[in-house]
Amino acid sequence: MSDHLDAMRNFVNAMNQGSPHAIALKMETISLDKDGATLRVPYDEKLIGDPDTGVIAGGVVTALLDHACGQAVHTGLTEFKTIATLDLRIDYMRPAEPGKDIFARAHCYKVTRSVAFVRAVAYDDDPDDPVAAAQAAFMLDSSGGRGFGANLKDRKPK
Amino acid sequence: MSDPAETIDAMLARIPYARFLGLRIELAGDEMTAILPFGTHLIGNPVLPAIHGGVLGAFMEMTALAQLLVKEGQARQPRVIDVSIEYLRSGRPLTTYARAEIKKVGRRIANVHVEAWQDQRAAPIAALRGHFLVTPTERV
Repeated sequence: MSDHLDAMRNFVNAMNQGSPHAIALKMETISLDKDGATLRVPYDEKLIGDPDTGVIAGGVVTALLDHACGQAVHTGLTEFKTIATLDLRIDYMRPAEPGKDIFARAHCYKVTRSVAFVRAVAYDDDPDDPVAAAQAAFMLDSSGGRGFGANLKDRKPK
Repeated sequence: MSDPAETIDAMLARIPYARFLGLRIELAGDEMTAILPFGTHLIGNPVLPAIHGGVLGAFMEMTALAQLLVKEGQARQPRVIDVSIEYLRSGRPLTTYARAEIKKVGRRIANVHVEAWQDQRAAPIAALRGHFLVTPTERV
């Protein structure tokens, strides 16, 4: 189990460094353990959603929560599986404070053969005073044998 | 009465995050389409490659906000209360489009549904349903 977690620590770092959107947001995994994953996005003026207040766009919180939930799924598994977000529900409780980094803590609380269920909170200072909360479901073994470059091929007309 | 297309362009130009994503809005009369041209900074999964799920969520959120501004006029930017995002197909490295439908606007809350697609309108890649805190200008 700890071997899997060690491997996943390397994997999530590679996932952050290999994912152009994670790089663009300067997303970083601070911790990954059997209870889940904690990630951070530093405050950046280019991510402001409300120019009148300087508050970071809700979309940044959405991307951070999606990313954190995905990484938390790997902590709930005992071997690597490909995953895909099935649905993501987010409650926005309050605006993030301008100038502060945003964190997300995600916990995978149930895994079935096909689906993993995850809860997460986004916060700036205190996880008990969240900016947003998320509930997500992920498909496991989502790749269906589709490998490298699969999305570069034409999709069958519907 | 100001031109809604100019109003929405001016609003987007002021939002750094809209520029960061590369979001555009097109109006055909009162019908609004949000357009997200593909850019490598939007990729979440580099293997397939696929657009980040969070980007699709963010794009649809912005589409709903823009639709509320276009249709209802707002004293200030609506606030997102909650969203529920359904992922239907992976986002390929193509331009993504989205349209929003305002299901209900009350004095304080609006309910909006959004659908996003790429090369085939009949094969949406994601959908969003959300509640927004609004301040419609006509009703103030």
